[in-house]
Amino acid sequence: MNKLILINIVRFISLVLLQVLVLNQINFFGHLNPLVYIVWVFLFPIRKNKATFLILSFLLGISIDFFSNSGGINAAATLFIAYFRLPILKLILRKSDFDFLLFNIRGITFSKAFFFIFILTFIHHFIVFTLEYFSFNEFSAVFYNTILTSIITIILSILGIILFTKKK
Amino acid sequence: MQQIIYFIRKFRYFLLFIILEIFAFYFTIQHHTYHKSKFVNSANFITGGIYNKVNSINEFFHLKHENQLLIEENTRLKNLLERKLNSPNDKIFLIEDSTKYFQKYNYILGKVINNNFTKRDNYLTLDKGIKNGLKNDLGVVNSKGVIGVIKNVSTNYATVLSILNSNSKINVRLKNSNHFGTLVWNGKDSQILQIIDIPRQAILKKGDTIITGGKSAIFPEGILVGVIKDFHFDNNQYQQINVSLFNDMTSLGYIQIVKNLQKEEQYQLEQTTINE
Repeated sequence: MNKLILINIVRFISLVLLQVLVLNQINFFGHLNPLVYIVWVFLFPIRKNKATFLILSFLLGISIDFFSNSGGINAAATLFIAYFRLPILKLILRKSDFDFLLFNIRGITFSKAFFFIFILTFIHHFIVFTLEYFSFNEFSAVFYNTILTSIITIILSILGIILFTKKK
Repeated sequence: MQQIIYFIRKFRYFLLFIILEIFAFYFTIQHHTYHKSKFVNSANFITGGIYNKVNSINEFFHLKHENQLLIEENTRLKNLLERKLNSPNDKIFLIEDSTKYFQKYNYILGKVINNNFTKRDNYLTLDKGIKNGLKNDLGVVNSKGVIGVIKNVSTNYATVLSILNSNSKINVRLKNSNHFGTLVWNGKDSQILQIIDIPRQAILKKGDTIITGGKSAIFPEGILVGVIKDFHFDNNQYQQINVSLFNDMTSLGYIQIVKNLQKEEQYQLEQTTINE
């Protein structure tokens, strides 16, 4: 249990630093920066106590906002996917009741895990870019950024998860 | 009562979610509405400190480029000096009198420790703060042109509203005539900015130089901005004037902060005029 807390704290800090110091400076094709820090949300163990998870997700988002001067954009989006993580997971696995404590993203099949990451990333990015542009006139820019950034984020997150977690 | 407690217990996570979401939206809207976001900005001890540390490592790799910029600026300034020397030949009657000079602007050296240029609204972080005499609404320039306006300051750090931001509106004019316009950014290319509100009487040509207008109390007149790249003239009106910057906003190192020593005076005078 203690080890689990430690792992999540280390992961939290290293993902924030990775995001603000490395990934925010990448600029793929001139302007695309993957938002890989949300991997923390995918990997957080599913517990009965959702309150801690929600508050920590909010803190994760707001730390990114502090660094990138973006108001509460990342906090809003990260909190949103944190709240809807469980319902979406249930929908994908088509089970009303599965073993919460033993759930691990490496434990389910690749296609299901991919679908899970895809949906959450897409929702997150869509909220981030909508709030960033804050205007209906620039819907095309929002959509274009969402899709391209999502693709890069998904590729990097999946590679990261495969490299840094143990298969169960 | 029992019902209410039951309701809260049942929906406690949802309520927590809503409350935190309201906080996040509050910060977002505050960020978009007010000129200054009071709470969430990178001019604080932790974020500024981390950016400063990382920048001190990165800086090493850009020394050559910085030197190049310094030499270029020196050359430009020397040329300006030469031009002054050639003017009227009244050196003989020159009396050195210190009251003859009056200083309107004061420059403070600073360094960009965090640079953004890919988002719709971009901000920079500087390594100078209140300690070095910085305040809100001071202009930031470098040898090649305007960069932005200071937005938030803390004891040791400051954030800058970059010209690559939807809230940035900078008064500019043509170098060869006195027609004023406003410099804005449409969010597409970090090298290309737009000018709006140029009167139709102005005669534009491709390659015309754009400089700051000096109508606001922030920037001195005549700081370089860029050259006109292209423009459309439809319905007797300038539709879109694209300006390509002299500055490379994607690689900024040392900058200067412009402090207008007579800003208060100008501002107060303008206020009394409006109030009368």
